[in-house]
Amino acid sequence: MPASTETPAPPRPDPGPRTPHPRLSGVWAVLRNGWRGLTSMRTALVLLFLLALAALPGALLPQRSLNQQLVDKYFTDYPWLAPTLDRLGFFDVFAAPWFAAIYLLLMISLIGCVLPRTVEHAAALRAEPVVTPRNLARMPHHASATLDVGIDEAEERVRSRLRGWRRAERADGTGRTVSAEKGYLREAGNLLFHLSLIGLLLGFAAGKLFGYEGQVIVMSGGGQFCNTGILGYDTFRAGLRVDGTDLSPFCVRLDDFHADFQPNGQAESFRGTLSYQSAEDVEAGVDRWSTHQLEVNHPLRVDGNRVYLLGHGYAPRFTVTWPDGQQRTGEIQWRPVDQATMLSQGATKFEPPGVTDEEKRRTSQLAITGLFAPTSSGGDIVTSVFPALLAPEVAVDVMRGDLGLDDGRGQSIFQVDQGMIDSGALARVARANLVPGQSLTLDDGTVVRFDGVQDWAYLQVSYDPGQEAVLVFAVLLLGGLGLSLTIRRRRFWARLTPVDDGARTVVELGGLARTDRAGYGEEFDRLRADLLDAPNAAQEEI
Amino acid sequence: MPVSAELATFSDRLFVAAAGIYALAMIFHAVEFSAARAKVPVLVGAGAPDGAPEEGPVRSRPERFGRMAVAVTVLGAALQLASIATRGIAAERWPLGNMYEFISAISVAAVGTWLVVLRRSPAARSAGPFVLFPVLVLMALAGSVLYVPAGPVVPPLRSYWMSIHVSTICISSGLLVVAGVASLLFLLRRSGRLDGLAEKLPEADALDRLAYRITIVAFPLFTFAIITGAIWAEAAWGRFWGWDPKETVAFVSWVIYAAYLHARATAGWRTGRAAWVNVAGFATIVFNLFFINMVVAGLHSYAGVG
Repeated sequence: MPASTETPAPPRPDPGPRTPHPRLSGVWAVLRNGWRGLTSMRTALVLLFLLALAALPGALLPQRSLNQQLVDKYFTDYPWLAPTLDRLGFFDVFAAPWFAAIYLLLMISLIGCVLPRTVEHAAALRAEPVVTPRNLARMPHHASATLDVGIDEAEERVRSRLRGWRRAERADGTGRTVSAEKGYLREAGNLLFHLSLIGLLLGFAAGKLFGYEGQVIVMSGGGQFCNTGILGYDTFRAGLRVDGTDLSPFCVRLDDFHADFQPNGQAESFRGTLSYQSAEDVEAGVDRWSTHQLEVNHPLRVDGNRVYLLGHGYAPRFTVTWPDGQQRTGEIQWRPVDQATMLSQGATKFEPPGVTDEEKRRTSQLAITGLFAPTSSGGDIVTSVFPALLAPEVAVDVMRGDLGLDDGRGQSIFQVDQGMIDSGALARVARANLVPGQSLTLDDGTVVRFDGVQDWAYLQVSYDPGQEAVLVFAVLLLGGLGLSLTIRRRRFWARLTPVDDGARTVVELGGLARTDRAGYGEEFDRLRADLLDAPNAAQEEI
Repeated sequence: MPVSAELATFSDRLFVAAAGIYALAMIFHAVEFSAARAKVPVLVGAGAPDGAPEEGPVRSRPERFGRMAVAVTVLGAALQLASIATRGIAAERWPLGNMYEFISAISVAAVGTWLVVLRRSPAARSAGPFVLFPVLVLMALAGSVLYVPAGPVVPPLRSYWMSIHVSTICISSGLLVVAGVASLLFLLRRSGRLDGLAEKLPEADALDRLAYRITIVAFPLFTFAIITGAIWAEAAWGRFWGWDPKETVAFVSWVIYAAYLHARATAGWRTGRAAWVNVAGFATIVFNLFFINMVVAGLHSYAGVG
């Protein structure tokens, strides 16, 4: 890391016998100093600031992972800036190499700092508390008294009061000392916190590698979806190691969908009755379906996958009866253009049945496009006044001609190809407002009937094999954090010196908090009171 | 969901009353502050026991104002808690469903934190006006432009995780507001500028310690709140973490507060720079509350404004 070579004057390596070659020793020094620099607290601080700074554009600029339309809008609004930002990865901040570089360096710095500390802590756990300092009066907390008991009894008193402390007793001239230390869990919590961060990152990475997320629209009233491959989805975001061949092939069926609204149009609840078949049953050919009430905040969990209800909408059903008596019914989702009133827009497309002549087929395809209002305002211009299905009405244009379905390009299911209209290949042949049951007749005698409306639900299937691990590490992290912030590391010493031929004992106490949190004072006072005050007071009274 | 209109109105009145009482408390604090002479440092020094300036039964007039300010603040906090509770009862849901409601909760959390601080170290009282000022600003915003009548919330917010996640976010934000103010005052006190004002503040040391102590309570709580948010997001949005703008800025805040704790353990960063870091963290909390909720569109846009 180049920055680390700039860190000011680390101690020069000792050109001793171990590194006889001067150049080698130079390289070694650079490596070692680089490592020291990277694992120093100061570097960790700088990396933390960089990480915070680097994440900010992720909140301030539109992100592809969240909303492609907003990114496109940014491109139209700021054409001079957007391409540069895009090249630098600012629309995919959390996938950008510079973002990854920062958190990976931070993780390396963390490992480099935490692993040696773990070893040190393990050693400290085995080590005896440090030798009692010669002059306890110099300690931040200090007290002494003479007790009217022998040294053995005094020592026993200290020992029993310091139960739970790590202790060492040593001979000291004519007397003895007790060294004690407590609060090892602070460092253990600190280490747990940092190690959990690494685990959390690994769990997160596992999800990004092996997880996937797919969205699909399913019709209410028995629409089915099986998780057999990517093609079944309307949109699919695969993890880096997911090719779609190994999905868990469970199936879901939306038997019923119901949305409730308050009088002001705000959504009250969305409820889907979902039947599902586990992957195991699907593969074994067992026709066993279970049911689940699918709601917001209440996903279906099956075979490690989760199925969510993300949204809903309406699909008007049209039946077209051609002059020769043939009928076709079309029911496809229309897209809500106003979430408050669920005014929807779409295009239901029909192929003329039984037409084998390509030329003729391309002049007689039909599309019913326009607006759908679940609760129509009535009148000539249809608009929606309420999101629930109270007074449905469609305002449609019937287009006839070439829909452009054969040119190999993908086409929106919500619109007809404007290019075909512009070229004259597709033309409007009728326009009408219809309520369910009403129909209109085209010039050639074809009848288009608006039959009714079906609900559809927008479902998401998610799979993230890392999320349980992330949760476990997050909980460990929190526990470690709590320990490291609440527990105080402190030392306590007692020196016992016999006086008056062993009849009495001088007890000197010293205390030192090893962390900067104040508050040891009170505990020391309690220790002092328990060890020195009570017996003395008792003695004086007698 | 039925909303009891009378109770909702009552809740609104309690809110206004609480804000008025805080304003009164701030005036009392200000009277004490402006009348007080610069303190003799010994009285509030680090080693002095809390509540040191015990001057016998006769109290100076400014001090009486100071004590009145605290008493009145307690009353204001009680009224505001009642306002939040009645709103919850009126709307028959956990009363943290929109910007007005959670700013009210953050305010009362900040005031509560401040009262706990005062109980433990009464010498901090001279910082009173500066703690109540941001609270009043928050409440003024909440009560005016951000106000929405009591009502039910959209289906994604109907989850018991809401009460856990949003409550802990509000409490930790309230704590961090006081910590941020303490760090700002520390920087002001230490800079030596505005001498007449600064030297009436609590000792720099005491302010710094106050900021640190509050932050080490708030940081784990904030972490817990983020974790519960992630658990809820997993059930509501299909992923536990998706870099939604609110999540991203919460992450930024978390990283900055982590940096603050590290700074406290780094030579050369311990005091002045650490305080700046704490102020930066505070800034991201405020930014997340206002800018992200109101300007940036995201999944957390439940603010009920716009």
